Amino acid sequence: MKQEKFAIAGLQTRSRSEAIGFVLMVAFVAAAPLFIYPVLMMKILCFALFACAFNLLIGYVGLLSFGHALFFGWASYVSAYAAKVWGFTPELAIIAGTLAGAGLGLVAGLVAIRRQGIYFAMITLALAQMMYFFAVQAPFTGGEDGIQAVPRGKLFGLIDLADQTAMYVTVAAIFLGGFLLISRIIHSPFGEVLKAIRENEARAVSLGYKTERYKLLAFVLSAALAGTAGATKALILQLASLTDVHWSMSGEVVLMTLVGGLGTVFGPVVGAYVIIGMQNYLAQFGQWVTVIQGVIFVVCVLLFRRGIVGELAALLRIRL
Amino acid sequence: MKRVIGFAAVALALSCGSVQAQWSDGVIKIGVMNDMSGTYADLSGPGSVLAARMAVEDFGAEKKGMKVEILGADHQNKPDVGSNVVRTWIDVDKVDVIVDVPTSSVALAVNEIVREKNKVFLISGAAASNLTGDKCSPNTVHWTYDTWSLANGTGNAIVKTGGKNWFFLTADYAFGHALERDTAAVVEKNGGKVVGKVRHPFPGTDFSSFLLQAQASKAQIIGLANAGSDTINSIKQASEFGIVKGGQNLAALLAFITDVHALGLPTAQGLIMTEAWYWDLNDNNREFAKKFAPQNKGVHPTMVHAGVYSAVMHYLKALEALKSDADGKAVVEKMKSIPTEDKLFGKGEIRADGRHIHPMYLFEVKKPAESKGAWDYYKLRATIPANEAFRPLKDGGCPLVKS
Repeated sequence: MKQEKFAIAGLQTRSRSEAIGFVLMVAFVAAAPLFIYPVLMMKILCFALFACAFNLLIGYVGLLSFGHALFFGWASYVSAYAAKVWGFTPELAIIAGTLAGAGLGLVAGLVAIRRQGIYFAMITLALAQMMYFFAVQAPFTGGEDGIQAVPRGKLFGLIDLADQTAMYVTVAAIFLGGFLLISRIIHSPFGEVLKAIRENEARAVSLGYKTERYKLLAFVLSAALAGTAGATKALILQLASLTDVHWSMSGEVVLMTLVGGLGTVFGPVVGAYVIIGMQNYLAQFGQWVTVIQGVIFVVCVLLFRRGIVGELAALLRIRL
Repeated sequence: MKRVIGFAAVALALSCGSVQAQWSDGVIKIGVMNDMSGTYADLSGPGSVLAARMAVEDFGAEKKGMKVEILGADHQNKPDVGSNVVRTWIDVDKVDVIVDVPTSSVALAVNEIVREKNKVFLISGAAASNLTGDKCSPNTVHWTYDTWSLANGTGNAIVKTGGKNWFFLTADYAFGHALERDTAAVVEKNGGKVVGKVRHPFPGTDFSSFLLQAQASKAQIIGLANAGSDTINSIKQASEFGIVKGGQNLAALLAFITDVHALGLPTAQGLIMTEAWYWDLNDNNREFAKKFAPQNKGVHPTMVHAGVYSAVMHYLKALEALKSDADGKAVVEKMKSIPTEDKLFGKGEIRADGRHIHPMYLFEVKKPAESKGAWDYYKLRATIPANEAFRPLKDGGCPLVKS
């Protein structure tokens, strides 16, 4: 009885701290354009959603995908192409990108989830590299040049997204929507099963769960949300390029998640903010940015293994 | 992101009370964006910022009451980084003109942003000829060279000086294919023959099997339709196979004097390439190089640096005539209407499609024994006159050209 009460109290502090965190985050997103260049902030939000989607897989199912750039990058190509060549409105272009991410996720997932650990990571990397070279060669991706001058278009045919504020509000809404969806997934019974698989897959199987199906669904969800992020990014920067499908992008999202805090709800958001902010403000050091990133990664792994948010949560004894 | 490289001039508004020009926010801001630390850092990089500064000084902006400020940034050869920098520059830092921008993918992205924001874009480093073709913009001037002029210069002049049989070593992606296609067309038009071609993966590291095929083809000229590290590596490995010593010549379709410097003459000797400018061509160029090199760690000016100097000079002339920098289209319009003239590129003009017209030169890299010292690398093989050096206006498909 006592134990049960304790558990309920724990649950309440968790949801309360998460709610407070969410309110703070919304306030920050709302106020950010006042002191951060809006286009940069929109880019950060896209990467934050991308990292959250990635975290869903590694943080809650324990699957390290090393090919998430595949979904992010190809979704950005699809949405850019749809908006530019087929004249899709922005919301349809983003949905097209999301579906592309989900479709690719389904195919990649079916192949990859049959293996664990390093083999899983290598299969995802191999698939991503295959699709990277396809992007280099295929005529509609524009190869080296990418797809340029993508029109932002009019949202629902009404709101002109060429206006910076309208675009920002749209991106913020997409990010917060995606974030809430992910946190809903994590706290649902489905999410509990995912966590059980992460902790001990054999035991989850023995309890009668078809873990393959759970893993595949989680993979597809993660790929679809990564696709949403990529598709949105293509509209913001009006550009889809090889950078987004390159393997280093897959590495960057791992870095964001680790720096922010693996398996925490807010970690990937903070991680994306730190990494993209760093790339932006340290751009003057050129290639040194990669070195600085590497150093930060090493420091992070050595000193605060749980990431920024993870350490903070441990310090305050709350869950974030 | 923003790095104020230096204040080129301080306004002497009090002394020039006669005419008050209308500079938006009181200062002309020049943003030089290129690769500051990677593959293209030597051929553009900080040297381009220096060239822009020298142009501002030589123009005498300070004496004329124009306050000019120069910013520099690194785009890391990534279009998304580049477009982010340019958006911030224009929206936040109020930059009036974007200069240089090597790497065609970045230049194409910047081209669209500058058009949308109605600023000015002066390209020196980028190669893509569609910047003045189907992607041409009323806000853009393409100064130094382009893929068409390189393919034409190298293809045409080599065939005319005896190199009839060609073999292409092509990077297997859109850029390589385009370079190969354009050059092959020129070669065949001038009576040459393409005896074979092979495509290597991009980016490549091991070219041995491709080079052996090229060697076995007995072609006189091996055309390298690739760029950057692919070109460097294929030249190095060709030297190891003794291809040039065996009597075949390599023709690099996109290479710069800094690449020759990095390779060294023993490796690069006999290489044939087209450039728009060489520091040792005449006294003016030598004088510029003498002033430039010590300030750029001894690295002599490339055609990209010279192009930045010349383009910025002409831009300032147009501003002086116009007395305003607010409307990018009007500034480019003015740049097109006044003939170009400066000490590095001589007399020329800017066409309706934004293409700057000037002669191009075909060089052959000297043997180590012929060179008198560092940076004495080229001997002139042919001069391509201005009216033949660039794609005819009607062939580009630029919407700005009214037929």
